[in-house]
Amino acid sequence: MTHPLRSTPDLPASTPGGPVAVRASLMVTCLGDALFPRVGLAAARVLGNLGVAVDFPPGQTCCGQPAFNAGHRDVARRVARPFLRAFADSEYVVSISGSCAAMVREEYPRMFAGHAEEATAVHLASRTFEFSEFLVDVLGVTDLPVSRHARATFHHSCQTRRLLGVVEQPVRLLCMVEGLEYVPLTGADRCCGFGGTFAVKMPEISTAMLDEKVDHIVETGADLLIGLDMSCLMNIEGRLRRRGRAVEVRHLAEVLAAGWSA
Amino acid sequence: MVGLSAASRQAFDARVRDALADEVLQKVVAEGQDYMQALVEPVRAEAQWAAAVDEIARIRAHTLAHLDRYVDEFATNVEARGGKVFFAADAAEARRYVVDLAQRQRAKLIVKSKSMVTEEIELNPALESIGAKVVETDLGEFILQLAHEKPFHIVAPAIHKSLEQIRELFSTAAGRELKADAQALTEYARGALREQFFAADMGISGCNFGVAASGTVVLVTNEGNGRMTTTLPRTHVVVMGVERLVPTFADLAPILKVLPWAGAGERITAYVTAITGPRRDDEADGPSELHVVIVDNGRSRILGGKYEKILTCIRCGACLDVCPVYRKIGGHSYDSVYPGPIGAVLSPLLDGLACHAELPFASSLCGACTEVCSAGIPLADYIRQLREDSVSNGSAPTAWRLGFQAFAAAAVRPRFWAAAEAVALPFLRLLSERGALFNGRGPLAAWTRRRDFPRAEGTSFRAQWRRRPKRRAS
Repeated sequence: MTHPLRSTPDLPASTPGGPVAVRASLMVTCLGDALFPRVGLAAARVLGNLGVAVDFPPGQTCCGQPAFNAGHRDVARRVARPFLRAFADSEYVVSISGSCAAMVREEYPRMFAGHAEEATAVHLASRTFEFSEFLVDVLGVTDLPVSRHARATFHHSCQTRRLLGVVEQPVRLLCMVEGLEYVPLTGADRCCGFGGTFAVKMPEISTAMLDEKVDHIVETGADLLIGLDMSCLMNIEGRLRRRGRAVEVRHLAEVLAAGWSA
Repeated sequence: MVGLSAASRQAFDARVRDALADEVLQKVVAEGQDYMQALVEPVRAEAQWAAAVDEIARIRAHTLAHLDRYVDEFATNVEARGGKVFFAADAAEARRYVVDLAQRQRAKLIVKSKSMVTEEIELNPALESIGAKVVETDLGEFILQLAHEKPFHIVAPAIHKSLEQIRELFSTAAGRELKADAQALTEYARGALREQFFAADMGISGCNFGVAASGTVVLVTNEGNGRMTTTLPRTHVVVMGVERLVPTFADLAPILKVLPWAGAGERITAYVTAITGPRRDDEADGPSELHVVIVDNGRSRILGGKYEKILTCIRCGACLDVCPVYRKIGGHSYDSVYPGPIGAVLSPLLDGLACHAELPFASSLCGACTEVCSAGIPLADYIRQLREDSVSNGSAPTAWRLGFQAFAAAAVRPRFWAAAEAVALPFLRLLSERGALFNGRGPLAAWTRRRDFPRAEGTSFRAQWRRRPKRRAS
């Protein structure tokens, strides 16, 4: 298995005889920490397998996105300060949530503009990546010793697609998985209806959107739904189960970690 | 205050529920969106599209930055060509001017081509109150007038109506049963409207764009009704928003390129009509009087503020055609002339946030609108900023405010956070194992009434990470 590193100037030199030492801090997000520890652990395992030295800065809690998107900007900034400090020494930050990565990368620099933390925020933004993006764009992964026999479809989360521009990376990684039959999803660029507090503030609209997403997933005949953001996946899985559908729902990191054969 | 906002929320929810329960609406709107996307998406991917959007954003921003100058130039040139210009500070002034004019001219029959501003200022009821008969001549607006409904979409106002519904409306109007055939129904409307054009005393139109350098009113239409409305009656009244200007004809080029495509999926529109003044002595056709009513109605309040870019909108409707919320709740749930993402931003800005308190929250902030906007307006971010306004003016529900404060108090203390997780997560797991979180009651009801709650592992990531076997030095 090879992972030729892209020629990024600030990558450390390779250690003699060993794999290239890249250090990355895992951003597990508040949701991932509390409800989906398995995803963070899977991401750490995949990164470790790829020779990345993974750490978990325990000072991280929440990036502030829920408050920010609900209009509570001051609360969001307050929450974001310790988050900034937690990753101050990180070489790379890898998030298991596309929308939290987008929060740090797109919103932090604007949220802290004119504040004491502005430079720190801009610096963190430049080092923060979504998991699949980090694998493909930073590590330059082109093949993986991963197999999984399933018919799988993929949900593109809105902020991952539109704010981070991460669309092709996860699909490329899926195509590296031996035995995985990838079926594209109809209406893949349409929101699943999660939207943070929207899901509970406007539950009827949210569910109507969600039902259309679930219908399309069922139409694919896939037995596995893969995504990059547990908030959207939690929403979709919750409705799949309520409608009595057995489609397995997994973060990409889980699929890669579980099927790793090296 | 609490009672008021609760009532407004209930009314919003009721409109949403009606829309969600309307099977025809659900089917037709989704089909309409999918149809538009199939047409527009390939073009949107072209490099020249992005370049045109940048150009439109630049031209419109420049126009707004010097709006006083361009409004003055436009008005001066309209008058130099023999037109009359009236500045209306609000809807009431605009209505009064047109009503007085109609009364003075004893206008009995008034034909209209499609205009969102006349919907905004509620012109038709005012004209009807003085006994004038007002006939909408845009096919979509004609359908809505028969149905006594407001526009459902800013470009395709009757997009929510099925062929059968239109057949029923037209049959009632015709006094005979018409066939459920688009061609036949259009022929009926064409015949019925043709008589009105010839008999009308006054024609009222909107204005897609005014060209400041020449005082020209430009209309972009598809059905020919715009030309009939602006040419046949002896008086033509234009009603336009004060922001709808471009400096020169050259500045119109990228807009005329993008607008038909983004709005209707067409490479070029059927009619681009440029009207400069009333009929001149050496001309055979045209009205003898041209009145241009320039409406502010809240727009100058937006100018110069953080939402200024909303005034660069070219009203293409692209944001409505991709919005997943609009797809479900349709146009009428917004209770505004301007529905969809553009409406969720523009309506609270024009009418006040208190009048449309729900709109900024009726969005998942998915960003589809921002992605397709023909003028590069950050619609999703504006919706989010309106939430900030709502929070800072004290409209946020107390429970949410306290909830976020409590959340923040824990989130800034990682040790406390970890301790809280250590207590709460095993409890959560216990509840989820007993199914207590899945029954749609209790604090998680808003979630669990419709969705299962994820099965909690019972231990946080951080706890598991601390206890993991140290296989690698990391």
